Amino acid sequence: MDLNYSPQYEAFRAEVREFLKTHSKSAPGGFGVSRPGGNVLAWQKLLIAHGYAARTIPKEYGGFGAEPDILKSRIIAEEFAAAKVPMGMASQGISMFVPTLLEMGTEEQKQKYIKPTLNGEIIWCQGYSEPGSGSDLASLQTKATEDGDDFIINGQKIWTSTAKQSDMIFCLVRTEPDAPKHEGISYLIFSMKTPGIEVRPLVTMTGHAEFNEVFFTDVRVPKTQIVGARGQGWFVANATLKHERGMLGDPNQAGARLREIIDLMHKETLDGERLIDNPLFRDRLVQLQSRVLAMQFHGLRLLTASAKKEDAGLARLIVKLQGCEINHQLAALAIDALGELGVLYGDSPHLRAYGSWQHRYMFDLGLIIGGGTAQIQKNIISERGLNMPREPKTVKA
Amino acid sequence: MEFGLSEDQRLMQDSVRRTLEKVSSLDRVRKAAEAKEAKATDVWHALVELGVPGLLIDEEFGGMGLQLLDAALIAEMLGRFVAPVPFVASAVMAPIAIAALGSPTQKEAWLPKLASGEIVAGVAIAERSSGARESAGVTASGGKLTGKTLFVMDFGAADIFVVGDNKGGLHIVKADAKGLTKVALTSIDLTSSVGELQFDNVEASALASGDAKAGLQRVLDAGRIMLAADTLGAGWMMIDKAVDYSKERKQFGRVIGSFQAVKHLCAEMASEIEPGRSLIWYAAYAFDHMPDEAPLMAAHAKSFMGDVGRFVARTATEVHGGMGFTDLLGLHYWFKRIGLARQLLGSPERARNDAARLQGWVA
Repeated sequence: MDLNYSPQYEAFRAEVREFLKTHSKSAPGGFGVSRPGGNVLAWQKLLIAHGYAARTIPKEYGGFGAEPDILKSRIIAEEFAAAKVPMGMASQGISMFVPTLLEMGTEEQKQKYIKPTLNGEIIWCQGYSEPGSGSDLASLQTKATEDGDDFIINGQKIWTSTAKQSDMIFCLVRTEPDAPKHEGISYLIFSMKTPGIEVRPLVTMTGHAEFNEVFFTDVRVPKTQIVGARGQGWFVANATLKHERGMLGDPNQAGARLREIIDLMHKETLDGERLIDNPLFRDRLVQLQSRVLAMQFHGLRLLTASAKKEDAGLARLIVKLQGCEINHQLAALAIDALGELGVLYGDSPHLRAYGSWQHRYMFDLGLIIGGGTAQIQKNIISERGLNMPREPKTVKA
Repeated sequence: MEFGLSEDQRLMQDSVRRTLEKVSSLDRVRKAAEAKEAKATDVWHALVELGVPGLLIDEEFGGMGLQLLDAALIAEMLGRFVAPVPFVASAVMAPIAIAALGSPTQKEAWLPKLASGEIVAGVAIAERSSGARESAGVTASGGKLTGKTLFVMDFGAADIFVVGDNKGGLHIVKADAKGLTKVALTSIDLTSSVGELQFDNVEASALASGDAKAGLQRVLDAGRIMLAADTLGAGWMMIDKAVDYSKERKQFGRVIGSFQAVKHLCAEMASEIEPGRSLIWYAAYAFDHMPDEAPLMAAHAKSFMGDVGRFVARTATEVHGGMGFTDLLGLHYWFKRIGLARQLLGSPERARNDAARLQGWVA
């Protein structure tokens, strides 16, 4: 146990701070859901040039080409967060597709797609879930039939965030209808402008269309647009899902949310008394603070394990379940502490924090369900973490 | 930056685990509980062999001079095997009190004997940590103590007691001092010994060489972190037992561990308790390396594990079905150990109030 950084890392931290001092004024305000504008793209390029984005992606593909060093990555994240400066783009293309292509793509695919993706010139969406295939993703039915050198795609995807502003999609389709379900899937990449694609916004309980449905009608895609071998799409996709699960349940996000609530409970009053002076709300606050701290230290433990190339086992499997749940409970506390004010939404008078506590409370429920539901997480924890037996397969009628 | 155990720490924890596996079996624990042994002699001797009583005591007094994180790793194992021996008060809180506030003469008098396991120390600070009940309270005047104190830890086998008075001062009292009445309390947990001390003008030696308030806080923080670690060990043993049982027990033609209803209970227990390990490690590390953070982190570790412990204790019992409810299976020793640790040195609500106060959130 040693929570100090060595001089080499402290020097690196000083470097990051210097960069932020010089350049933070040109940083964009943040990353919205719309297509990135010129200032976002310029910021992204600057970050890549200095190694603060696409840090470990090889130079030949447009990255910075540094050796993986998990502590340096953490220092970058810490310093950007402290300076309240947005990090590089964290789109699905960059955080999920690029790592997958690096692992499974052909040289030609890497050359063609990675650099413009990193630079924010190609925006990607993910075509995995279908109306009939959620937790049982491998049962997906969108079919790709052969026609000469092309596949013809028909079917429907759902929960496709950023589909409207995307240039490209990485998509799972069934190419071998007679093979067992895990072995009949291929991973295809194609333009969202291909004829036969229709995108419909999917309005959620929050009142916003954070997701879309995507319909394919006789969409023609060349067979060369496959990543990995034909029928191996499930295994290619699992490399990507691994990257997604790591993104959900980040304890530092919970830490930031906790600080907001501490602030709120000091500023808001009830009958002239600060909320922090109410022993019931205060007890809930401290209880959640314990959980947030525990998950932050747990994150340090996982970081150390990764740096030492050790398998953290069960400890890693619990992050999504715990992290999403804690975030949800934090939003619930803010709502409860605000009382009736906590239910105001939209453009109401007396609205607090733009109605974001209710928005987060609802959207977080989506995150508890998405990316592997809480129940699927518990299956994974019990089967892979505790070595409990799998559910016996039901015999088909 | 490294957040993890060293190779030495892993080896040490493993050797304590292997020793306790042998000497603190369920049969042995049951025997100790039924006979109300405050110090199961054979278990105690095995731990003395490993140097456990002197873990935190400086080498100049015959101890090992290790740190609180090392003690937390051992506390975890003692909880795992519900070891019926003194530890939290005798090997952690009392040595810390004497080292922080004792005169050279007091240190010389007591630390070597504690380190060698020749004597056991109880600690009486319940009124200063959990609050006073039953009109308990100790008044110090002219080197004498009057009044009473409840929930004295490592009570039964103690040769000396470290006693907190109403003003936050600490004193050493010999167990055979004139005017001292010892009343054993029977808690649900028969693997730990708690009791009451009544003082009728009892001679005491004040631990007065240093900042009394800071010293008492150190003793409390260390005790809370140890109880949290004890619950971590006891809780994980209950989870391991529940998982093992669920893989053997068959109903409806299947092992019950293949039912999601059972698997999810086990997954919930594991995912609730495991972050507590990191919280305990951090709090214990802070105790020695970032002392300003220790009081808050100790309060968090104690309250977190108190709540998680209760959840694990009842859920692991449920996974065992009717068998979990029987005396025969002995699972209740862990259930009760966790139940006692939750209430001692401040229940979760009390510890959270302390955490709020430490952050300036209590007006």
